[in-house]
Amino acid sequence: MTQATVTSAPKQRLLTLETTLILIGIIGLVLAPFYFYPVFLMKVLCFALFACAFNLLLGYTGILSFGHAAFFGGAAYFTAHAVKEWGLPTELGILVGVLGATILGLIIGFFAIRRQGIYSTMITLALAQMFAFFCLQASFTHGEDGIQGVPRGYLLGFIDLNQPLNMYFFVLAVFLIGMFIIWRIINSPFGMILKSVRENEPRAISLGYSVARYKLAAFVMSAALTGLAGGLKAIVFQFATLTDVSWQMSGEVVLMTLLGGIGTLVGPIFGAGLVAALENYLATSEFPVTVITGIIFMVCVLVFRRGIIGELYASRLGKRLESKPDN
Amino acid sequence: MTVSLNDTAFGGGQSSPGASGGQDSRVVLSARGLRRDFGGFVAVNNVDLDVHHARVHALIGPNGAGKTTVFNLLTKFLQPTSGTITLLDHDITKTDPAKVARMGLVRSFQISAVFPHLTVLDNVRVALQRPGGLSTQFWLPMQALNRLNERAMELIEAVGLQDARKNLAADLSYGRKRVLEIATTLALDPKVLLLDEPMAGMGHEDVHIVSDIIREVAKDRAILMVEHNLKVVADLCDQVTVLQRGEILTSGDYLTVSQDERVRVAYMGTEHE
Repeated sequence: MTQATVTSAPKQRLLTLETTLILIGIIGLVLAPFYFYPVFLMKVLCFALFACAFNLLLGYTGILSFGHAAFFGGAAYFTAHAVKEWGLPTELGILVGVLGATILGLIIGFFAIRRQGIYSTMITLALAQMFAFFCLQASFTHGEDGIQGVPRGYLLGFIDLNQPLNMYFFVLAVFLIGMFIIWRIINSPFGMILKSVRENEPRAISLGYSVARYKLAAFVMSAALTGLAGGLKAIVFQFATLTDVSWQMSGEVVLMTLLGGIGTLVGPIFGAGLVAALENYLATSEFPVTVITGIIFMVCVLVFRRGIIGELYASRLGKRLESKPDN
Repeated sequence: MTVSLNDTAFGGGQSSPGASGGQDSRVVLSARGLRRDFGGFVAVNNVDLDVHHARVHALIGPNGAGKTTVFNLLTKFLQPTSGTITLLDHDITKTDPAKVARMGLVRSFQISAVFPHLTVLDNVRVALQRPGGLSTQFWLPMQALNRLNERAMELIEAVGLQDARKNLAADLSYGRKRVLEIATTLALDPKVLLLDEPMAGMGHEDVHIVSDIIREVAKDRAILMVEHNLKVVADLCDQVTVLQRGEILTSGDYLTVSQDERVRVAYMGTEHE
């Protein structure tokens, strides 16, 4: 009995640590726009949601997608088009983006989950590149110009989203809802099956699970949530361009997730914040951004492979466990 | 480690308790003319196999004889090049492996197949989730799985792992991992169990524990096992099939098979003592 309680303790501590981090984070995010530039914060939140949605697939299902830009940038295009050309209200426009990303996720996921490891990753890259090319050629995306001047509109018809603070709290609310959905999926009966597939796929099959279906479901959920982030970004910046569907964007989200910590709920948020902050800061300096982020990526992979939050969890838990008398 | 075996934990409670081997001998799993080629190499050739209800059937043979390949074919992890497989009167020659598992044919693996970073309790619960209809709900909290706890604990207690229920499977000793794997397999209440070297790498006392569990489980199910420990085979198995170079050398009860000169040659490589 004592043995059981001692070994269950780390999980409990991890939960406490995570809850504390989340509470501090929410309070910080509510106060942040009064101290920082709201557009920058909104950019961080969009990328944070993007990274967390990506992590749902990489960290909790074990599938590395190198094509998530298609869902992010695709949703940005769909939302921008729906709001600007069709005149849909903002919230419906974002839903159109989510729907588009979901369909793209079904198509790309359908092919990607048929293979494993690097082959699956290459399929996502290839299909996402095809989509990027489609976006370059299609007329509704306006090629190199992108869709410019997307109106932010009124939320529910009466909250003016052109007010920076209104827009910020709308983004924050969507972000928190997105995070809640991800948290719920991870900590659900379905999430348990995803974990088991990641842990030991042949065993999951031998227990009667049609693994492909669970993988596809996770892929589509990840794509839909990525679409939520992409649609939101189009409203925040009021444009959708080729940058968001390019393969560099797929790489950037891998970097954010790795930096923050694969398989941790809040890690990718920190990763996204760090990368966005660096890009903002370095944009005005003479250092090339990509070189700096590249070096950081290498240091991360070489020195702290679990990512910032992953290492924090590991060290906090490790220390507390060591200090505990062993009997 | 203490073992307490009871019928409620192992049996679904459907069939008559205490029916020991031999009474009801219907064939539940059978293969005819099973063959598998890998390129030009014939790994398994012309294998006929009948696995009976409530009996333990051993598949033995030297290394590379094709035992694991036969397992992979029967469970459809590999598609046979030719031949047919029948499970409980259904032709499963073309069925996918997950479906086969759902039909009641569940296998274990040569290396221990647990979910290492899940707790012992979660390992067993994962197996119970699908039959319990709790595998697709992504909107429910994890607590929804608590209603599987009672059944999970029955299985865990039956194999003597109750003290470790909150430990990660990765932290268990090798023998206890195998025992956990058996508990997980039994959670599906399978009709036919395929055990790939369940005793391999185990200490003496663990072998006894697993033998007891297998004997108990076999009262109500068919078991086909690959095993190198001939003492275990002699002790446990009603029927022995010897494979050599992908083909069946002989088949019968242990005494007959063990006295077969060809089997000795296959194992020793020579007729000399």
